Amino acid sequence: MLERLATLIRKELQALLRDPQGRALLVVPVLLQLLVFPFAATMEVKNNTLGVRNQDGGAASVELVQRLAQTRAFTHLLVLANEPELRRAIDEQRALMVLSIPPDFSRNLAAARPAPVQLLLDGRRSNAAQIAAGYVQTVVSGYSAEFGARPPSQLATRHWFNPNLDSRWFLLPSLVAIITTIGCMIVTALSVAREREQGTFEQLMVSPLTPALIMIGKAVPALLVALLQASIILAAAVFAYRIPFQGSLALLYLAIVLYGTALAGVGLLISALSSTQQQAFLGVFGFIMPAILLSGFISPVENIPEPLRSMTWVNPVRHFLVIARGLYLKGFDAELVWQNAWPLAVIAAVTLTLAYAMFRWRLQ
Amino acid sequence: MDAAAVEFAGLERGFGPIRALRGLTATIRRGVVTGLVGPDGAGKTTLMRLMAGLLRPSAGHLRVDGLDPAAEGDALRARLGYMPQKFGLYEDLTVRENLDLYADLRGVPGAAREQRFARMLDFTGLARFTARPAGKLSGGMKQKLGLACALLGEPAVLLLDEPSVGVDPISRRELWKMVKGLAAGGLSVLWSTSYLDEAELCDEVLLLNEGELKYAGPPAALTARLAGRVVQIRDIAGARRKVLQRALALPGVLDGVIQGQAVRLVLKQGAPLPDPAAVGAGPQARLAPVRPRFEDAFMDILGGGPGGESVLSRVIADAPRQGNDQVVIEARELTRRFGDFVATDRVSFAVRRGEIFGLLGPNGAGKSTTFRMMCGLLTPSAGRASVMGIDLKSSASRARQQLGYMAQKFSLYGNLTVAQNLRFFSGVYGLSGARQTARIAEMVEAFDLAPFLDTAADTLPLGFKQRLALACAVMHGPAVLFLDEPTSGVDPITRREFWAHINGVVERGVTIMVTTHFMDEAEYCDRIGLVYRGRMIAVGTPDELKESVAGPESPDPSMEDAFIALVTRSDLEAAHA
Amino acid sequence: MRDGVRRTLALSRKELFQIVRDPSSILIAFVLPLILMFIFGYGLNLDTSRIRIGLVTEDHGTEASRFASAFAGSPMIEALPMDSAVQAGRALTAGAIRGFVVIQPDFAARLKRGDTAPVQVITDGSDPNTASFVAAYAQGAWARWQEVRRAESAASPAGGIRIEERYWFNEAAISRHFLIPGSIVVIMTVIGALLTSLVVAREWERGTMEALLATPVTLVEFLLSKLLPYYLLGMASMLVCWGVSVTLLGTPFRGSLLALAGITSLYLASALGTGLLLSTLLRNQFNAAQAALNAAFLPAVMLSGVVYEISSMPAPVRAVTYILPARYFVSSMQTLFLAGDVPGILVANSLFLLVTGCAFIALTLRATRRHLD
Repeated sequence: MLERLATLIRKELQALLRDPQGRALLVVPVLLQLLVFPFAATMEVKNNTLGVRNQDGGAASVELVQRLAQTRAFTHLLVLANEPELRRAIDEQRALMVLSIPPDFSRNLAAARPAPVQLLLDGRRSNAAQIAAGYVQTVVSGYSAEFGARPPSQLATRHWFNPNLDSRWFLLPSLVAIITTIGCMIVTALSVAREREQGTFEQLMVSPLTPALIMIGKAVPALLVALLQASIILAAAVFAYRIPFQGSLALLYLAIVLYGTALAGVGLLISALSSTQQQAFLGVFGFIMPAILLSGFISPVENIPEPLRSMTWVNPVRHFLVIARGLYLKGFDAELVWQNAWPLAVIAAVTLTLAYAMFRWRLQ
Repeated sequence: MDAAAVEFAGLERGFGPIRALRGLTATIRRGVVTGLVGPDGAGKTTLMRLMAGLLRPSAGHLRVDGLDPAAEGDALRARLGYMPQKFGLYEDLTVRENLDLYADLRGVPGAAREQRFARMLDFTGLARFTARPAGKLSGGMKQKLGLACALLGEPAVLLLDEPSVGVDPISRRELWKMVKGLAAGGLSVLWSTSYLDEAELCDEVLLLNEGELKYAGPPAALTARLAGRVVQIRDIAGARRKVLQRALALPGVLDGVIQGQAVRLVLKQGAPLPDPAAVGAGPQARLAPVRPRFEDAFMDILGGGPGGESVLSRVIADAPRQGNDQVVIEARELTRRFGDFVATDRVSFAVRRGEIFGLLGPNGAGKSTTFRMMCGLLTPSAGRASVMGIDLKSSASRARQQLGYMAQKFSLYGNLTVAQNLRFFSGVYGLSGARQTARIAEMVEAFDLAPFLDTAADTLPLGFKQRLALACAVMHGPAVLFLDEPTSGVDPITRREFWAHINGVVERGVTIMVTTHFMDEAEYCDRIGLVYRGRMIAVGTPDELKESVAGPESPDPSMEDAFIALVTRSDLEAAHA
Repeated sequence: MRDGVRRTLALSRKELFQIVRDPSSILIAFVLPLILMFIFGYGLNLDTSRIRIGLVTEDHGTEASRFASAFAGSPMIEALPMDSAVQAGRALTAGAIRGFVVIQPDFAARLKRGDTAPVQVITDGSDPNTASFVAAYAQGAWARWQEVRRAESAASPAGGIRIEERYWFNEAAISRHFLIPGSIVVIMTVIGALLTSLVVAREWERGTMEALLATPVTLVEFLLSKLLPYYLLGMASMLVCWGVSVTLLGTPFRGSLLALAGITSLYLASALGTGLLLSTLLRNQFNAAQAALNAAFLPAVMLSGVVYEISSMPAPVRAVTYILPARYFVSSMQTLFLAGDVPGILVANSLFLLVTGCAFIALTLRATRRHLD
């Protein structure tokens, strides 16, 4: 039986790799995404404009504005003369935020009275605005200190696992999870649908291969695709982006195999339910989108409110993302990996069983 | 108005290095049905596409209804009806919606439309099915719908690309009646086909081979050339297939096929009559002259068919036996229900070792369902299907190891090479290591596949595709071969070759179960089962079935006559009951 | 002319039937968008909330515990007391907490001396965003506590600058109001580019293309008949999404429906053009779908400004976004929902979308051939 399985797997790989378009689609998108994602997906705030409305002409306010202009976060300073201009600046997205300094600012400061200023932030880009507001606060506190307000002492902060808070260090391990998900699932789901449409599926059904063997034969090539793509991303992360890999490679590959199995289970279930290639493709897409969004890739899982958060337990991407990041940046040991891997095993078992049942039922 | 419906001179069309059409010159008359016949790859579809304006000629002159398809395409399309090979129907749309669509595309105005629809629906017998999705129609019904859609624009010229492929004899006859009627009304019809018995029904025929025009004119004239050169050997004692094989080896014999219990031979020009004794036909055997058919003339022009020997019979081992039991395939009270609908109703039959059993029946009447249950693609709702005594339901995997399957249009992996396909099928059936390599090598040699080992399977010429599919089916030495319309749409030469191979494996004791709509092929079977409305309405040898419907009005019925008569009789009985 | 219109309508009707009768199209056009909107609305939250931070108190004096209470007092975090820095470190590695604070043993003493702060903050740097917030929060809590102490000790009143933050358009600074308009862009791209990428390839694969080409249908009519039904589907989907976001999710909508319809139409033209072009060039459903996924969908999510700020991207990548229709649509949507009909932005974006839409459709027209060779 094992040899028959090997024959089936070999045929699947040949079918995948013979078509030059297909070969290209396995590798080129990965490379493109590796080139673009890390540069696009940055949470740092740069290249923005600070609007300033200075109703106080005093030296203190001018100095403050100067210092703000020198922050990393702002490349341009926009001087605004009045309230309507201020509103328009934010309306038309010409400024990320506007600092409005009231007329009695310098006098208050010199008299050691509290000197309030208003910071108006663009609500459409609230995330970037919040982070930039943090920079502004730092500058302001520093300046404020020179007027006798004792600056609060700084806390000693250390960032573990990613000392420079480089967002690429956060992104690339995640990409191992995200990019391989797409490739693995599409290969699984479409392989069955395509054979059905081409008419060769009958030939498989007539042969001594049991439905279980056929399922395994479809799942293994998808696993291999996942391993290949993950390796490419890993190599790029370590050698091109120079992010050191802290964990054990063996554990990582084991985890990828387990993850790929869970994905293949979902993919096979979708293809068991589809009659055409279109349905299989759209079904996979319909699964991948919510799965990636709710996996912790874009925003942390703990930010997801209940009951939705508990429901994400069934999302394999969520668990593998933790494993990928954990192994890469934190050097997870086997116990920590297992803590996050056993849900994958459960998901794999359940989906594969359901897919098997569906396949057999459709044979009726 | 031009006298000719279509005329071309020096028409050329190439695809890269291949010359699909070489300098064709002919004139097609108006108001008649002209058949475009020839083997696969002869250029029939290419010629049709040129006429429809879908391809442009490399050289030469072409006028359809007086217009140049390349330059005056828009004007031509308004007067042309075209039905491509896949019918051009939208499966998700109902019959009525498809008709509406084509009516709109062809600009049939509102008032006239209802009238035309009523006529079409009546004509095609589809009036009861207007709300059914086209995807759920049977093959014959799809064909009729496709024809109706092509006719909606009331064209002057109608092009039909292999319209009768995969359609049962009854539907095919109805289609012909329709088309003949249309031609009588002034429509010029061009009907391309690989079925040569249809060629005989055409008013005129264009015979193509390898891009060249071999004959243009009335079919009867071509057939008449073979008067006196066609004989049957009747009353054969013993294996008639062996007799055929020997006869084909004789120098004077051009071509031969099995017809029921007899062997039919076409002799070369000036060859003497063969001696029945010389081919071991037995003491009772006698020669009888018969009327030539168009197919005989076709074979004559093409220089004859392949020999009767098949390397396969030497290469494969004896089919496995199962004790002393002679029954290899058995169906017992086989039933299959889809919801309320009973597709197969308590069908029973048994096939013995080394027998060729044919399963015939109109489309949608239970033949395919029965066939699929016998090869394990469908589980029966009740009853038992077994191969080599193994129940297909309970021990599916073991049973399937014993059978080989060849599907319609040979479901090979088109984008894999010949070598990869061979390795896959042998491996899946359990061959490995040295044995696998040896068997593959045997097949490659037996079928001359060596020059194509690294070619993608879907770019192979049709004959080689068939060989490859057959090789993949027999490599693991099955006891039974299931053939699902194996020669559908295939030209006579390729078909003969295929059956020579089949006869070769039958010699080794392999049992065959085949379905077909091609009545000549039904004659090659030892026994036939006719399935209609889910029941087996007749079982017997081809001659027995023919005799059962013979009567004073039709003393010598053909297989097709028998088919139609038996089905009609069944309908009458059901109506009286 | 009338014939042409009739033919186009007939083919469009055919396409609509096919869409409606295939469950996967309905899934993508209506079910998936609703799911996505709920996810973007409730599931994704770019603003941090209730972050778990470990608290290790190595000094057991009163000052230390007062600080500890002050630290834990905010609703934005959940402070979990831990026994030791080692335990906290393990919890951090496992991901159970996002950072921890160690109040060192000589806290009170160093405080009195005015030394550098006797508090150590360790964050989980693997998520830089959360780490920044943890650091900022800790720093802020420390600063506030110091203020309180100073006020109590009646030392000189604090002068100094105080910042009052206000969010414009988005009073509560809820990030979902900012994400939902962007999510609609994603949905329109899926319908526009992904669904249509399968459409022409499917006609070739099923053999119906050949039959169509032999009828009087012109190429323009054929393309229009593909564009119209999917355009209608897109607009219907947009209406549903708009309705859901405004009524159920409470997203403000300050623009006009007319502007919304107009800009969406222009964007759909680009998206549909892209999908059809891919479908025409690659006559194979499998490859066309994958190409649409990579060339239309991913850029629309990654590079259009929905999730990641364009202005933060390096120059070469930013340059690429200038030719991306999705970018202009995102900006328009965010403006329409949260600001209103701001002519400056909307007109500029519309012009660009008009140009890209025409370009893609023109390219598709050129690529579609009447002849089979």
